[in-house]
Amino acid sequence: MNGWNSLRDIIAVVSGANSHGSIQRPSMFDPAGEPAALVLDITWLLVGICGAIGVVVLAIIAFSLARCRAIPGDDREPAQVYGSNPIELAWTVIPLLIVFVLFMVSARGIFELERTTPPEGAIEVTVVGHRWWWEFDYGDLGVITAGELHVPYDEGKPTDIYLTLESADVAHSFWVPQLGPKMDVIPDRINHLWLQANRPGTFVGQCAEYCGNQHANMLITVVVEPRKDFEKWLSNQQRPAVEDPSVAEGRRLFLRTSCINCHTVRGTVANGTFAPDLTHLMSRNVIGSGVVRNTHDNLREWVWDPQNIKPGCEMPSMKLTREEVDLVCDYLETLK
Amino acid sequence: MSVLQPPAGPRTTEGPVPFLSRLHEWVATTDHKKLGVMYVTSGIIFLIIAGLEATMMRWQLAWPGQDVVGPEEFNRLFTMHGTTMVFFVGMPVLLGSANFLIPLMIGARDLAFPRLNAFGFWLFLFGGLLLYFSYFGGQGLYGMGSAPDVGWFAYAPLTERTFSRGHSTDYWILGIFVAGIGSTATGINMIATILGMRCRGMSLMKMPLFVWIMLVDCFLIVIALPPLAAAQILLLFDRQLGAHFFDAQAGGSALLWQNLFWFFGHPEVYILILPAFAFVSEIIPVFSRKVIFGYPLMVAATVAIGFISLGVWVHHMFAVGLSPLINVIFMGSTMLVGVPTGIKMFNWVATMVGGRIRLQTPMLFSLGFLCQFLLGGLTGIFLATVPFDWQVSDSYFVVGHFHYVLFGGLLFAILAAIYYWFPKVTGRMMSERIGTWQFWLLIIGFNLTFGPMHVSGMLGMPRRIYTYQLDRGWELWNLLSSIGVIFQLLAFALLVWNLLRSVFKGREAGDDPWDAWTLEWSTTSPPPAYNFDEEPVVHSRRPLWDLKHPDDPDWRYE
Repeated sequence: MNGWNSLRDIIAVVSGANSHGSIQRPSMFDPAGEPAALVLDITWLLVGICGAIGVVVLAIIAFSLARCRAIPGDDREPAQVYGSNPIELAWTVIPLLIVFVLFMVSARGIFELERTTPPEGAIEVTVVGHRWWWEFDYGDLGVITAGELHVPYDEGKPTDIYLTLESADVAHSFWVPQLGPKMDVIPDRINHLWLQANRPGTFVGQCAEYCGNQHANMLITVVVEPRKDFEKWLSNQQRPAVEDPSVAEGRRLFLRTSCINCHTVRGTVANGTFAPDLTHLMSRNVIGSGVVRNTHDNLREWVWDPQNIKPGCEMPSMKLTREEVDLVCDYLETLK
Repeated sequence: MSVLQPPAGPRTTEGPVPFLSRLHEWVATTDHKKLGVMYVTSGIIFLIIAGLEATMMRWQLAWPGQDVVGPEEFNRLFTMHGTTMVFFVGMPVLLGSANFLIPLMIGARDLAFPRLNAFGFWLFLFGGLLLYFSYFGGQGLYGMGSAPDVGWFAYAPLTERTFSRGHSTDYWILGIFVAGIGSTATGINMIATILGMRCRGMSLMKMPLFVWIMLVDCFLIVIALPPLAAAQILLLFDRQLGAHFFDAQAGGSALLWQNLFWFFGHPEVYILILPAFAFVSEIIPVFSRKVIFGYPLMVAATVAIGFISLGVWVHHMFAVGLSPLINVIFMGSTMLVGVPTGIKMFNWVATMVGGRIRLQTPMLFSLGFLCQFLLGGLTGIFLATVPFDWQVSDSYFVVGHFHYVLFGGLLFAILAAIYYWFPKVTGRMMSERIGTWQFWLLIIGFNLTFGPMHVSGMLGMPRRIYTYQLDRGWELWNLLSSIGVIFQLLAFALLVWNLLRSVFKGREAGDDPWDAWTLEWSTTSPPPAYNFDEEPVVHSRRPLWDLKHPDDPDWRYE
């Protein structure tokens, strides 16, 4: 990758010339729901209290540096003060009181945020962390997808999202800062996480617990869309894979290659569960858990050798020829 | 008081000593001063190595999509950087300074068990070399080597054989395990020395604060390191003998490792920061020309930190989904530990107020410690607050926080200590001019690197990622962080130059260049092998003050 082009891009981004608009930056200062907003409120309280303590102490240090310096040529020692019980008692008790207030406020926050039952009307999804991608299982709705979590949004009413978190291998952590705090995804535990979206949009986040080689590219996209669009997406996801006779050759090639050991395409013999479900691959905007956008060229480069794009990921190059890659990808592109 | 007169014996100046016998003298030594110097020197060498590893990481992260190092190499770099800094920089510098200074401060001739002391040092050094040998031996005996890439807290089950092939994780286990045995042995040695070998008149409440803090520190070492050793042996069983302690797929527990590791890991960060408290508790009074404010409360705060720090480890695990009650309890204990730490901060500042502050290099670095540790401590209160922690845990905010504590705090205090005690160790002064330049370069570089990390963390950037997507709003902050490294590199180059130059060409220091008050300044610089001609007798916490001000001795007021 050449650094100077990236630097040019950065300057464009920082100066606001190249803003993507719909995709939001994952800042905790831009909450899109109650859990994230609650954390932000506590953050401002902390900034106030700790900021005040910091300013006071720094001011005393600055005062002593300004007023209590050695005078050249004057060797006399200053008055030796061994301590003062009232003063020391004060700066033991006052911090204790401050800590007590902070403790009570945040204890309340903990009990509000850490829910073990889903809020009424929440959409419930099971999230399975894999090295290095996310699987989203909609349970009774009969949909399993990867990389992108879709949730509905009704105008004027925030959507509660209640996730059940499981891991297929090592420890991960699910973090979309605008929708709420993070929660670790641990192999011998089942965790729950309450998130909320109060506006439509595409929210991003990523795995926050180091999980090996491609930890950096274990990205999360959450698409919050109007109920109508969500229903359309859902009913499409529920259908088995499209069978388009014009790509029969690519389909045969795909089903003969070891792709099917790991990937599922519902309605075919491909039923592997080790890698993302490809039944509706083309309904997704990204591939490789978000590492690149799902475009005609990117898809071909990915199938040609995923290791060029996401070095270390679990998908190998199948050593297909360029022609075979085109055939397979023509087929994959019909999986809408 | 005549016993406090410096020994009159000659320094070893009878002609040049052949290189081999000088080498033998160092390798076979059981002298606490020589071992202390070797501890600190190897710590500084490891510091340079780990600093260069960090430089590579900042270069890779300067802007998105860089390809300076690949993901595997990056993961090794942060693993080795963290492991080295904690186990092979922080630990040796604290054990080395305790080694050199404690016998001198308590008027003893050596540690209680000098040979155990040498054993501890060589185990530490062997552990560090074993860890770095993994670069050659990590994949077995053929081909490219590889260092561990599991992170310094090595979360299970990433460390199991399924996910970590080759031997790199075994090197991580054994390197730290071996060094840990050495540290535990030295910790026991220190406790025995402090409790059993103080000179006449030095009751516990007349010990210098340095000795008090190191005593608590060594108790923490002896309590906290064995659980780590146990956990590492269990992991070794998993990897080599097919056990399943942490193998979640076979019924093991990933959380068990987290609990065992942090039961060591949290006391460990106090083990590292307490020596910083010990250094500045000696330096600030001397350069403010005032006795430490509230000595008994400082001792009480140290002991309180020692106890509370054993009960806060779950604050590293707030995001693992434990019950609200457990989170609330550990939030309480974590916030509570801020109170004694705050007391210390206030007492140092109160020592300065009304003093006559001399802004020489040890004091400059101590002031850097005060201000930066203050910021690191305050962001610690942020992180103790569980809802905030849920948002930024494992993000760059945490990286910023612990570097303010361990770099802005501990390392600045170590530098203060190097400038302060270098004259005692070598008999020569370090250059004040180079030291001042180093201080300002490091202040700029440090804050430029680690300040912006708080922002990038709150903007959603997780730690330990080798690259990041464009347009997440992190570009500027990462670039600033990386630019800061340039200043830091210059600062450390100046430090190395200053050290080497001053060893050979520094101004003669004399016995007591800072006009200080503790016993180590009453003997020659460098001290003779036997430290003191006669066992000193003390009457107060500042024996040299009593000597210098016979009309107004300390013992009247204590």
